[in-house]
Amino acid sequence: MNLLDTPVHDLGQRRRSLTQSLHLDPPLLLALLLLSGISLFVLYSASGQDIDLVWRQVVRLGVAFTVMFALAQLNPAPLKRWTPWIFAGGLGLLVAVLVAGEIGKGAQRWLDLGLFRFQPSELMKLAMPMMVAWYLSDHPLPPSAKRLAMASLIILVPTLLIARQPDLGTALLVASAGLFVLLFAGIPWRLVTGLAALGAALAPVLWYFMHDYQRQRVLTFLNPEQDPLGAGYHIIQSKIAIGSGGLYGKGWLNGTQSQLNFLPERSTDFIFAAYAEEFGLLGILVLLAIYLFIIMRGLLIAVQAQDTFTRLLAGSLVMTFFIYLFVNIGMVTGLLPVVGLPLPLVSYGGTSMVTLMAAFGILMSIHTHRKLLPR
Amino acid sequence: MARPITLKDHFRETRLFTSRAIVALVLCIALMLVLVARLVDLQVIKHDTYTVLSDQNRVHIAALPPTRGLIFDRNGVLLAQNLPSYSLQIVPEQVDDVDATIEELRQLIAISEDDEERFRKRYQRSRRFKPITLRTRLSDEEVARFAVNRHRFPGVDIAARLYRHYPQGSLAVHALGYVGRINERELQDIDASNYEGTDFIGKTGVEKFYEDILHGDVGVQRVETNAQGRTLRVLEQTPPVPGLNLHLTLDADLQRVAEQALGEERGAVVAIDPRDGSVLVLASMPGFDPNLFVGGIDSKTYRGLRDSPDQPLFNRALRGRYPPGSTLKPFIGLAGLEYGAVEPNASIYCPGWYMLDGDDHKYRDWKKSGHGPVDLTRSMVESCDVYYYDLALSLGIDRISGFLEPFGFNDLTGIDTSGELAGLVPSREWKRRVKREPWYPGETLITGIGQGFNLVTPLALASATATLSTYGQHLRPRIVAASEDPDSGEVVDFPVVSNLAVPAEDHANWHYIIKTMTGVVHSHRGTARRIGENAPYEIAGKTGTAQVFSIKQNEEYVEEDIEKRLRDHALFIAFAPAHAPKIAVAVIVENGGSGGAVAAPIARKVMDAWLLDKGRLKSDNDAGETP
Repeated sequence: MNLLDTPVHDLGQRRRSLTQSLHLDPPLLLALLLLSGISLFVLYSASGQDIDLVWRQVVRLGVAFTVMFALAQLNPAPLKRWTPWIFAGGLGLLVAVLVAGEIGKGAQRWLDLGLFRFQPSELMKLAMPMMVAWYLSDHPLPPSAKRLAMASLIILVPTLLIARQPDLGTALLVASAGLFVLLFAGIPWRLVTGLAALGAALAPVLWYFMHDYQRQRVLTFLNPEQDPLGAGYHIIQSKIAIGSGGLYGKGWLNGTQSQLNFLPERSTDFIFAAYAEEFGLLGILVLLAIYLFIIMRGLLIAVQAQDTFTRLLAGSLVMTFFIYLFVNIGMVTGLLPVVGLPLPLVSYGGTSMVTLMAAFGILMSIHTHRKLLPR
Repeated sequence: MARPITLKDHFRETRLFTSRAIVALVLCIALMLVLVARLVDLQVIKHDTYTVLSDQNRVHIAALPPTRGLIFDRNGVLLAQNLPSYSLQIVPEQVDDVDATIEELRQLIAISEDDEERFRKRYQRSRRFKPITLRTRLSDEEVARFAVNRHRFPGVDIAARLYRHYPQGSLAVHALGYVGRINERELQDIDASNYEGTDFIGKTGVEKFYEDILHGDVGVQRVETNAQGRTLRVLEQTPPVPGLNLHLTLDADLQRVAEQALGEERGAVVAIDPRDGSVLVLASMPGFDPNLFVGGIDSKTYRGLRDSPDQPLFNRALRGRYPPGSTLKPFIGLAGLEYGAVEPNASIYCPGWYMLDGDDHKYRDWKKSGHGPVDLTRSMVESCDVYYYDLALSLGIDRISGFLEPFGFNDLTGIDTSGELAGLVPSREWKRRVKREPWYPGETLITGIGQGFNLVTPLALASATATLSTYGQHLRPRIVAASEDPDSGEVVDFPVVSNLAVPAEDHANWHYIIKTMTGVVHSHRGTARRIGENAPYEIAGKTGTAQVFSIKQNEEYVEEDIEKRLRDHALFIAFAPAHAPKIAVAVIVENGGSGGAVAAPIARKVMDAWLLDKGRLKSDNDAGETP
């Protein structure tokens, strides 16, 4: 690392360790590596001992960690400067996807860039909290009513664009990322409860705008037994897998539900059920403890952040991570309707993992680029 | 751009954020506790329920069909066996579009309309997860073709099965019977759980009668299957109990002699060992190849068999009910002696016809010119009808029917193969009940010569002949001698069952009648003299002809003018050696014309084969021998 890049006012330079000079946060990194390790173990079993699939996941993890590492090097200051442009670019891509989708006569979520497919909505998961945080950060908090209205518009436009794709899960995730920024910005609790009530009241309206398959998912969630071999099959088999796992689980490679193909999507969205079947409630508690540790560490980083932008951004990113795991586990256990969200860092799959690790990269960057001033 | 200068209170903002972060953490922990509560509910409280559901998912009960027992003749010749075959099965539950799948399978494997129709019938009835057979007896080539393309057909699989095969073809088909696919009606009658995985059930003959013994008991296998229904491993199993092998009393060689002797004729031959009721021959011709029926006969072939004027499917030996004709005369003669209605040496005069008082109907004798003076012996040897008109009249119908019944003429013989019909001996009571008419004396006359209402099956006639040969020892005819456990080799002999003995105990009378019957064959005037000429053993026999249609009064009966199908049936009963009988035979040749010329030589061939070729004449200890 070039010494010239080091801020001259950094008083703590002498005490910097290797991880600090690499801009890594050891506790967070350790927890993420632990999760990745668990992921590979579970994937090996859930895929039916498909070692090739495990290797592909290793490659993806490598890519994701590289992205994390790269973003951790990036000083939050330029990131903040670029935020409006990143958000505008993201919006433009969302429109492009929609137009391409119109032409292609069907739902489209990605742009085919030849070498790989790029989902603009993934970018928006990061760009949304950055934009809202950027918009609110230079002004006193809690935000004024006018700023709040403007921020709401910033949240609404990309959300509606993603919902049009249609990708309801991501739309809700992106919207919640923005809303969490508002929450951390200190909007009054009366407003929070009022919005929640409004959301509940608008649910039937939402139903009206839903596609048939989305309505089917909600119906299936409400009563999975109505079509046990069709739409309800996922949820029923998932609950059987989890429930039959019991306290201690059936043991690694011994989950009959996943090994014998009864559990659908068992290495992707439903990997939690495969894990729960083989490792039981105790295994789950370990997993949840790691997740909770990551969240606590993330929130601590947010609290210790030195400016409003990074604080708001860090808080929102951590809560988005939590939404991921809560929605996924809620879905797999039958508490929530089936929404196609992976279990963060454990499910097999690429795009969302890269986004998540990018968020952790930003978190580490925020934490390691602090100016060590007395608070 | 004019911007109001806003002062940020960093300390206040940090405090606000920290409090919000704490709320956020509390929210996360609270929601995680909700998840944990849900997981405790699923994994601890409802654990047992979900364990059961999980096991139900993966563990399936598979039936292991037992191997059907083999059937052998008395010398160990294999008559029915099981050969391996491959059949194509579809599990409806695992097939999205059955129509399209069948069409695609047609590219690889020949599937006839009949196959498809049968499949569809079962498809509508059976449960979705049970495999249904689409084609049986795939060729090796078809098996290979499917195996290569198997990945394209989820829910379709090849099952190795055993199918029934009859290596002797049509030989003894009417005794042996055959198996076929279980139909809906049969499903009602059987214990369906014992037939899980069994395709075939006995349809006729021994195969049907001994279905319980031949089938065995189904085994059970608990197997682990994956979501696609493929069996992965066996968890535990109860092996099936194979069906017992059966050893028949039938002699395949003798059966073949009888069938060849009948040749192109339509008719039946039944041969019984009088000493133990063993059925040696049970032939009904023409026959058919039972192998046609095993895999499901195609409708064209079936129509051909069903509609053939020769009625090959008709089991004449068990179900053909013919007037016994003159073969009844020895029994009527014995009744006459028993009841003292005849004096053996007293003659009556036969003018060629007989008339009742107050009736101008002429009861003809077969010999138009008459037999002249006739005593009992001559009446038997020459088969004089007039003598028996007179005898029947003096006996009366009540004593005739009462005497004939213990011979089994009015009943099922009780043979252990399926499909037998009962004969008929008319009586006053019967006529009142069935015909709602009184009995007329003229009917007594024709009953005396085995015409009129009398009906008998070849089997019952052979059984009565055997009973006659043993002085009234009436044994139930039996076709299965013993069963054999294929695993342990344990043989169980089936018992000889006595029916009610004929209550005529004067040996002299039996002896006398048998002597007259030897005259039928061995005297120079005997109606069956042509088979007695060079016989190295003594035969007691009686010819018969049964009228197929009645000729009008005063009309000439010229055999050649009558179309073959309207000719009389030719009958012959015999046993030999006459005074130490080892075989009793009844032969019926439909439209054969003359009993002595057509039926008797067939009986002689069967007796020769048994007594001479098989050497039974010399050996004395072969009765009841175990095969």
